[in-house]
Amino acid sequence: MAYDYEKSIRPGKLPHIWCPGCGHGIVMKGLIRAMDTCGLDRKNTAVVSGIGCASRLPGYLDACTLHTAHGRAAAFATGVKMAKPEMNVICCGGDGDGTAIGGNHFIHACRRNIDMTYVLMNNFIYGMTGGQFSPCTPTGAMASTTPYGNPDPIFDISKLAIGAGATFVARTTAAHPREIDKLIVQGIQHKGMAIIEVLDDCPTTYGRRNKFRSVIDMMKYLKASAVPVKAASKMTSEQLEGKFLTGVLFHDTDKPEYCAQYANVIKKAQGA
Amino acid sequence: MAKKVALLQGNEACAQGALYAGCNFFGGYPITPSTEVAEVLSGELPKIGGKFIQMEDEIGAMASIIGASLTGAKALTATSGPGVSLKQELIGYACIAEIPCVIINVMRGGPSTGMPTGPGQSDVMQAKWGTHGDHAAIALVPASCQEIFSETVRAFNLAEKYRMPVQVLYDEIVGHMRERIVFPEPGELEVINREAPTDGPDTYKPYDSTKGQVPPLAAFGSGYKFHVTGLNKADDGFPTTKASLVDAEERRQIDKVTDNIADIESYEEYLTEDAEVIVWAYGSTSRSARYAVNELRKEGIKAGLFRPITLWPFPEKRTAELAANAKAIVVAEMNLGQMIYEVERVAKGACVVVGEFRVDGDPLNPGQIMTKVKEVL
Repeated sequence: MAYDYEKSIRPGKLPHIWCPGCGHGIVMKGLIRAMDTCGLDRKNTAVVSGIGCASRLPGYLDACTLHTAHGRAAAFATGVKMAKPEMNVICCGGDGDGTAIGGNHFIHACRRNIDMTYVLMNNFIYGMTGGQFSPCTPTGAMASTTPYGNPDPIFDISKLAIGAGATFVARTTAAHPREIDKLIVQGIQHKGMAIIEVLDDCPTTYGRRNKFRSVIDMMKYLKASAVPVKAASKMTSEQLEGKFLTGVLFHDTDKPEYCAQYANVIKKAQGA
Repeated sequence: MAKKVALLQGNEACAQGALYAGCNFFGGYPITPSTEVAEVLSGELPKIGGKFIQMEDEIGAMASIIGASLTGAKALTATSGPGVSLKQELIGYACIAEIPCVIINVMRGGPSTGMPTGPGQSDVMQAKWGTHGDHAAIALVPASCQEIFSETVRAFNLAEKYRMPVQVLYDEIVGHMRERIVFPEPGELEVINREAPTDGPDTYKPYDSTKGQVPPLAAFGSGYKFHVTGLNKADDGFPTTKASLVDAEERRQIDKVTDNIADIESYEEYLTEDAEVIVWAYGSTSRSARYAVNELRKEGIKAGLFRPITLWPFPEKRTAELAANAKAIVVAEMNLGQMIYEVERVAKGACVVVGEFRVDGDPLNPGQIMTKVKEVL
């Protein structure tokens, strides 16, 4: 029998706003399956986002959903989680939202290792505003504000998250739908800050400017560029040129989680 | 039993007032001259099982208190001018999403870094017009340490009752001076908590205007699943661009304040009954003004003091009445003329309105006010 997504989606809220061929829907389905697999009580789950195409995701989910301001998802989510640690907290959003205007909140949420799962949809572009370059647009790529090719170097979001102190960091792509929910499940089950970077496609504002003739071409590119970490260990640096690693990139279970740390503060303050 | 008495700094009184009001979440970022509020609460909140978090920046601090408030917490942040500038977008978010929270602004000079350790009153227009878009504002301006305590309690009450951000603005002089505080007994000051929804989770709508001008706000994690956004929205909380819905929501959010002025307004008058000149002053400046009024009375000059405690919504009605009966109003403020525009607007030429301003980092003193009063008479 086909998987029943509708029980997790708010009645009357579809169709979604995403363009045909956009990868965000694949990610949303992965997130729904993962929440289901983990048995999350949606009444007790906050899904928090910023601004942008990917940040519209929470509105479709039947849960406690918070669509905040541009870049601020992790900071709002930190307030929710600190105030009510018994809630499950999931953040979602795009690359520009999460790592440009929201970069400071992103790295500090990672540093604190607060228990939440951040699903970051990296489609290499600001889609909602019409295709301006983001910190994740490849150097040389075309965007509406890089008419001569993008001069900027990129952020490697997963490396950034690891460097900032997140304790579960994984990456996959919209062309690997089964791996999306597998990794989100691991992220939700992990006690601490989990970053799941999903490389996906924006055919409308990125693909058409960068010689991807179709959505299929973009999916083929994602598939061909993804190298599972295990396979990568047997490859030379030349072979890895232009590729990105996928799977669980970092997992640390030793670093204390932030709300647990603060529970110790409360104990000390109360003289226990 | 005798009441608890203490010698407290204004910022410490603010923290104590917050605790009295039931504050159980503080999200902040260090900034002079407000930092003592955070320092006190970092020690006190965990004692009562509350939460204190020092965020990565001012914007994050504002975001954290909105998030916390959505779970039902009574949430506070404290900052100064530069911090309030950074928080503005999210103050607007709290306005449109109707999330109760309290923002303390211990005012210093400006613009920009200005004079961090000096007093100012130059954020008073920002408290009304700082964030973009049309919105209501409530701002309170206490003038003593005792009043910082009680106005912080009232700020929480108004935030919870009207489901919106409330700002408390006091200048660095009041924030850092030490005065005798008499702690009110529990129950002595009213403490208001937000109204809980009467509808069950299946029919609950977070912006249902049929429930009144301030629809009840459910808490995340209390069995209610609902959506919150900074977009214009319909009564169910979901985005809409339908003109009639957008218009009705925008107007309701402003009307909930303007229709309840009598409940929100607060001011004090001193010797205004027969006054020919009214000194219109707030915060520490009102204390210089009171001294000046006493001295002027000794000289036979009929001066009086009008001191707003609620600055926004602006005390239009009473200011207009005073203007109609006085020869002049002297607006004294530690800026180069901000509230004077409001006084002029409502006086409508009924009397002379002049300003006495100061921005050099020194307090606006009684002598200046006396000189100005004599000039206008």
